[in-house]
Amino acid sequence: MSETEPVLVMRGIGKRFPGVVALDGVDLRLFPGEVHALMGENGAGKSTLIKVLTGAYHHDQGDITLGGEQVAFAGPHQAQQAGISTVYQEINLCPNLSVAENVLIGRSPTRFGRIRWSAMRRRAEDLLARLHLSIDVGSDLGTHSIAVQQMVAIARALDVDAKVLVLDEPTSSLDASEVDQLFRVMRGLKDEGIAILFVTHFLDQVYEIADRMTVLRNGRLVGEFRTAELSQLDLVAAMIGKELAALEDIEEAPRREVAALERGTPIVSAETLGRTGAIAPFSLAIHKGEVVGLAGLLGSGRTEIARLLFGADRADQGRLRVDGAPVAFRGPQSAMRHRIAYCPENRRTDGLVEDLTVRENIILAMQAARGWARPVPRGRQDELVARYVKALDIRPADPELPVRNLSGGNQQKVLLARWLITEPKLMILDEPTRGIDVGAKAEIQRLVVELSDGGMAVLFISAELEEVLRLSHKVAVLRDRRLVAELENTDGLDTDRVMAAIASGGAA
Amino acid sequence: MTTVVRHRLFWPLAMLVSLLVGNLFFTPDFFAVEVRDGHFYGALFDILRQGAPLLLVALGMTLVIATGGIDLSVGAVVAISGALACQQISGLGDQGAVGGVLFAVALALLLCAGLGLWNGFLVGVVGIQPIIATLILMIAGRGVAQLITDGQIINVNSPPYKAIATGFLLAVPVPIIIAAALVAIVAVVTRRTAFGMLLESVGGNAGASRLAGIRSRRLIIIAYVACAVCAGVAGLMVSSTVSSADGNNAGLLIELDAILAVVIGGTSLLGGRFSIAGTVIGAILIKTLDTTVYTIGIPPEVTLLFKAVVVVILCLVQAPAFRARFTRRQPAEVARA
Amino acid sequence: MMDLDTKVAPAPVTARVRRFVPRQKYLPVTATAVLISLMYGIGVVNYTGFSDTQIVLNIFIDNAFLLVVAVGMTFVILTGGIDLSVGAVVALTTMVVALLLENGWPPAVVLPVALLMGSTIGLGMGLMIHYFDVQPFIATLAGMFLARGLCYVISTDSIPIDDPFWVRVSNAQLWFGGWFISISVLVALAVVLIAAYVLAYTTFGRDVYAVGGDPQSARLMGLRVGRTRVAVYTISGLCSGLGGVLLSFYMSSGYGLHASGMELDAIAAVVIGGTLLTGGSGYVLGTVLGVLVLGLIQTIITFQGNLSSWWTKIFIGLFLFVFIVLQRVVTRRRR
Repeated sequence: MSETEPVLVMRGIGKRFPGVVALDGVDLRLFPGEVHALMGENGAGKSTLIKVLTGAYHHDQGDITLGGEQVAFAGPHQAQQAGISTVYQEINLCPNLSVAENVLIGRSPTRFGRIRWSAMRRRAEDLLARLHLSIDVGSDLGTHSIAVQQMVAIARALDVDAKVLVLDEPTSSLDASEVDQLFRVMRGLKDEGIAILFVTHFLDQVYEIADRMTVLRNGRLVGEFRTAELSQLDLVAAMIGKELAALEDIEEAPRREVAALERGTPIVSAETLGRTGAIAPFSLAIHKGEVVGLAGLLGSGRTEIARLLFGADRADQGRLRVDGAPVAFRGPQSAMRHRIAYCPENRRTDGLVEDLTVRENIILAMQAARGWARPVPRGRQDELVARYVKALDIRPADPELPVRNLSGGNQQKVLLARWLITEPKLMILDEPTRGIDVGAKAEIQRLVVELSDGGMAVLFISAELEEVLRLSHKVAVLRDRRLVAELENTDGLDTDRVMAAIASGGAA
Repeated sequence: MTTVVRHRLFWPLAMLVSLLVGNLFFTPDFFAVEVRDGHFYGALFDILRQGAPLLLVALGMTLVIATGGIDLSVGAVVAISGALACQQISGLGDQGAVGGVLFAVALALLLCAGLGLWNGFLVGVVGIQPIIATLILMIAGRGVAQLITDGQIINVNSPPYKAIATGFLLAVPVPIIIAAALVAIVAVVTRRTAFGMLLESVGGNAGASRLAGIRSRRLIIIAYVACAVCAGVAGLMVSSTVSSADGNNAGLLIELDAILAVVIGGTSLLGGRFSIAGTVIGAILIKTLDTTVYTIGIPPEVTLLFKAVVVVILCLVQAPAFRARFTRRQPAEVARA
Repeated sequence: MMDLDTKVAPAPVTARVRRFVPRQKYLPVTATAVLISLMYGIGVVNYTGFSDTQIVLNIFIDNAFLLVVAVGMTFVILTGGIDLSVGAVVALTTMVVALLLENGWPPAVVLPVALLMGSTIGLGMGLMIHYFDVQPFIATLAGMFLARGLCYVISTDSIPIDDPFWVRVSNAQLWFGGWFISISVLVALAVVLIAAYVLAYTTFGRDVYAVGGDPQSARLMGLRVGRTRVAVYTISGLCSGLGGVLLSFYMSSGYGLHASGMELDAIAAVVIGGTLLTGGSGYVLGTVLGVLVLGLIQTIITFQGNLSSWWTKIFIGLFLFVFIVLQRVVTRRRR
């Protein structure tokens, strides 16, 4: 396969935005019948490259050859017609249309300009059956879960006579069995001779499915590698381009000393707290200086617990105590009054106000707590912001820059800074390391350790069990919107036992 | 950042200046200021005086638009405010009584605040799309104004009421003073407190703002109430100018002019960042256009055509496609920052 | 505005969900239908002569132009846009028709010119919205100013129409049984049927829904979002042109003050008909019902006799309020 002609060649691709060079002389080759991973930290230029490939952006330099012919796409429509199909991380479908339409719109079967609805349903059913998905194709897409919607998006991409299939982080919202199912489908397509470009943050998945990979760093090409010939460590080194010391520090740090923790009255304790349809009643205590990890699959109720503790959703059962006294949160501001902070999972939609500057975003929660009539004096704002920009190494270190100009990792740090200046007693971190680069990830992990050493309680939510185990004193295990086990992080605890707890529903 | 803001206001400002200069060709003494009876007169003062109601409505509208909303009902509120004030004054034994007029004015503004509260409630609490929530009052409000005036045009003969639009204070026309004072108040309240920033935050990302602990509901309600009160003051000016209240025609289409003024001033209809200075420029620009068309001797109805041209030019000039050639210069600026 | 409860449970795909969803989708239209029956019932019970079928037909006769305009508006609102120019374009069309006929142009030329003019204005606004990224509200506001301004450039007075063809069409009554309708009603119903077919059975129609559901996604799904958006404003312009022609039949004159505020009536009819202003959900049938509601309010107030005309506005506002709150409840539950 390697000596056949590549189906797609991108050569010397350059793309600049005002003030930023996003891509600089990047090459990419895709051969028929291979799964090719596109790797890089956030801000490395992966998504820009994909958008150039799929016609969403126009490149400034370089050329693209598809099947031996030079091409230039005016838009996604043209790229799709040429045989390049894309499934994006954020599901790009229309929730108000039926499943069948979402699979087929743009190429609905028609006769004399009239849509043949029955043929359309049948074809959609067939396509979904290929993914082992059996749902009512006449129902609105919006009524289905994210995982199902993702599968529908893939079914849609499959329907096009695709030569190249681009999967942009398709697995980030799928659970393990759904990932397996997706991989089975990918292998099938590979055998059919389709070239698959696969973007993911999960290294294990790359080594499971990809034949070759292209690594980018800071908008430049690092190299093209065979998966079999590149070790995981070398890959990470290629991606971040610096010694791994930073990561290994944390990696090799001794497990958190549970014994060293003095557990007095918990800072926050939930007693059979619950919300119908979101999370079954659960009890959980978080003490001063303690890091409690929440482990569980996506959709198992991790975020729901966080939102209840922060008052973002209202509990309809049970009781919540702060420092031993019962409280009833009427909204995030009540939780903030008890010095609880929450960094939500989705930075862009739930966290940052992209219009505002870094300074304004950092000051926002503190200002909200004071009310609009009592502004934080500008001198104090500048001082606080400067301190945290420095402490968290937010780059670029210009507080008056709109926050949308920052990379994912730096945006996450801005969000952390917003809550750190409010000096919370409990910090809830929902997936703080997702979708950010390895370097920033290590920094944030180190920060969590420092904060808890300083006496702050932390509720740490992450899909990566290793990370949860490394940082937490105690791990609460969730399954199907139910808290099923609470495991002390002592020597015997490892990812296998946590996974067993998830799988068995708590009998670990 | 300041360079960008200046950049954003460049085109509206350039247009305003060129319009004013253009007027010189038709009216050589356009910029002349005359002192008569100890009062200032002149074309520029006329523009500001006649533009005061629009400026006020646009001022309130800016706050609403910053929250990502829009208030279509301001025209109806203008009508209701004037209607109630005139209806009250016409019922006075002595229409010249300052106390009675003040009471009428206060009552009218109170009702407007109530109407703003209604809009704010629908948008902030019930969660209805602003354009629709305020459409209700836009349609029903005209009916209410006619209900108050019983379908008639109420004429009043009240010197104190008349003074709102035609009086002078320290040689300066009263409407200009009122408008300037309200602009100053809004500017101070939004920029000297955190109100402006929180408003921009809510308009920029409502969900994130809530999770940052901002009580957006309150801010939104305040914005709509402020907008309705501004419209109410404008309504008093409009009806005071002619010493009468016309429920059907007072403030007709002023909502569109006001929204136009805000947009010309560089505030996005999507919410977020807002510019009060921009709105002031936008409102004065629109009024200058009206005056210019009038002085050139074109039928006033045709002004609409010129407004359309201005909107199209400004929109196109500010469109990314047109701007592309100017942004080449930007990387240098960013690098410097 | 407040999408706070985004973290809902992934809906299990069960038969219950399947059966329940379509019903919710049709709920707003159903509610409008119920309201109409209710209003009609109240009219029949309270006023003598209300039950005459001709009363309902008269509503169609008096609102045929509004119906056509509202159908065009439905396309625009389904994509999540808005068209403020419709009233002005209607007025301009009456003006141009009157002017051309006055100058002796034959009706066979005047008709296509009128329709072409409406479409061209719509096309222009659509291009502005799409290619220069101008918000629909502002672009169509410019269109509104332009069209009204042009009316007054033609004349600030009313121009009567006495062309024989126009007079004949406007006086024509199509009798069947003991009742009659006007030619305008036939035209309006034809427009409704064509629009309903286009939205349900053509790829363009489905693209309209897709663009209204999520324009970003629609673009990434390879749909020609730009073409669709430009097309809906062109259609709205065409419908306004046609509405203007029908109004010129109805009024037998062209005047710059004709159809003032008609954009509000059209938007109100579309919303009362159950179409979401955010786009992506709604039916032409709903718009027909919405126009009927507006017509029924006027009719009832006329029959009541002692209610002043401004109560019409207050009632329309009230119904808008009720329907908007209802939509709010429905969409909240659907999410």
